[in-house]
Amino acid sequence: MAMNTEKNSYTVIFAAIMVVVVGSILAFLATGLKPRIDENERFEKQQNILYAMGVNQNEGDGDVAFVPTTDVEGAFSKYITQQLVWDGTEAVQKENAYLIDVQKALADAKSGKDAELPLLIGEKDGEKYYIIPMYGKGLWDAIWGYISLDENMEVKGVFFDHKGETPGLGSNINQRFFMDDFKGESVLNNGAYEGIAVAKGNNDPLNNDKEDNAVDALAGATITGNGIAAMIKESLKLYKPYLETIRTN
Amino acid sequence: MALLSKKDANLIKDPLTDNNPITIQVLGICSALAITAELKASVVMAISVLFVMGVGNVVISLIRNIIPSKIRIIVQLVVVATLVIVVDQVLKAFAYDLSKTLSVFIGLIITNCIIMGRFEAFALGNGPRRAFLDGIGNALGYGVILVIVGFFRELLGSGTLFGIKVLGDPIAKTGLYAIGYENNGFMIIPPAALIVVGIIIWVQRSRNRALIEEA
Repeated sequence: MAMNTEKNSYTVIFAAIMVVVVGSILAFLATGLKPRIDENERFEKQQNILYAMGVNQNEGDGDVAFVPTTDVEGAFSKYITQQLVWDGTEAVQKENAYLIDVQKALADAKSGKDAELPLLIGEKDGEKYYIIPMYGKGLWDAIWGYISLDENMEVKGVFFDHKGETPGLGSNINQRFFMDDFKGESVLNNGAYEGIAVAKGNNDPLNNDKEDNAVDALAGATITGNGIAAMIKESLKLYKPYLETIRTN
Repeated sequence: MALLSKKDANLIKDPLTDNNPITIQVLGICSALAITAELKASVVMAISVLFVMGVGNVVISLIRNIIPSKIRIIVQLVVVATLVIVVDQVLKAFAYDLSKTLSVFIGLIITNCIIMGRFEAFALGNGPRRAFLDGIGNALGYGVILVIVGFFRELLGSGTLFGIKVLGDPIAKTGLYAIGYENNGFMIIPPAALIVVGIIIWVQRSRNRALIEEA
């Protein structure tokens, strides 16, 4: 079979067929797997939120250990007592507020449009946790996370994750040695919402100083660290009026 | 009878030694620098490339006679990208945790010049069986260097291997750190990979002088 593969018409037809074949394979796969992927992503969100309020299976110095996916739904409805949306002036109940697209909501709120910012209230051992979602950018791509605060504006826990930070450097923001440092830090400084800086030369590797509004940066990941600090500050700014209503100190 | 003829065995052996894609052909350096700060990332990347290269080489080889030469590079790119996305989607549905680890590498796999290089130089001119062996061989050659670099960078830079503290605890000052040893922070930034790769190239060429190019 001799086919002239150099002809323009052949090239065009080949390209068209290739696009159709590859397109259908990918579309078929994407639709077929979507329900499973969505469910996995929902479980992951629940795991992350619970992690930020300290509901996890961390042991000693070990790795990050979430509530297992098999139990996460039960744990989520047990510990998360209220799901609210904050529109800038008031917080109202909303079912499944945790599934709101945080990136879009934050962008809308920043540009002055009407936005529903999700806000979760958890309760564990009689203590209340106010869990705020965050979204920002690191060095290469998006970073996001959750921060849980108590009425004194002290950080009870955080969770960070990223889409494509450098493996071994910026990607370590989702490791315990980084996230654990935030616990106990206050986001207030003399009454102002200062957030938490990710500082080089902080000279406090064990993070004993909880009053300095800073945690130790990751070596080799300056921009990712700055992204984390900016992300926290940005979220605090948008939720500040709400936080003022619950603040007790 | 041996499983592979001598010629076929060389397809796998050569890239591991005298025709290594990284140290001899100096391809795939970008990902070798970017992701070798820790051993685990190196291994994940090596396995991913092994899969994409093995399957991709076979696919390209099977359709080699019908690819219009004018758009062959685009066709190759489409094959790699499709394979990587398929793997990512399937993992997302059935092994979500693993896919989270892998997602960082997707872009790096697609743009890995070794993959495109082998498609162009080998799969377009050889049958699927040989193309498969060639793909596996080159991916292994790439993976070996990645693992070696990752090993030294993680060990010297963080004092850990696969995240396990093998030299003691740098903060609590145990193990080696008790006698004044310090982690070398330079090792975890990308330029250190260049130096480690450079040393590997030097060692390899001083052992086999035939590899040294004429100036």
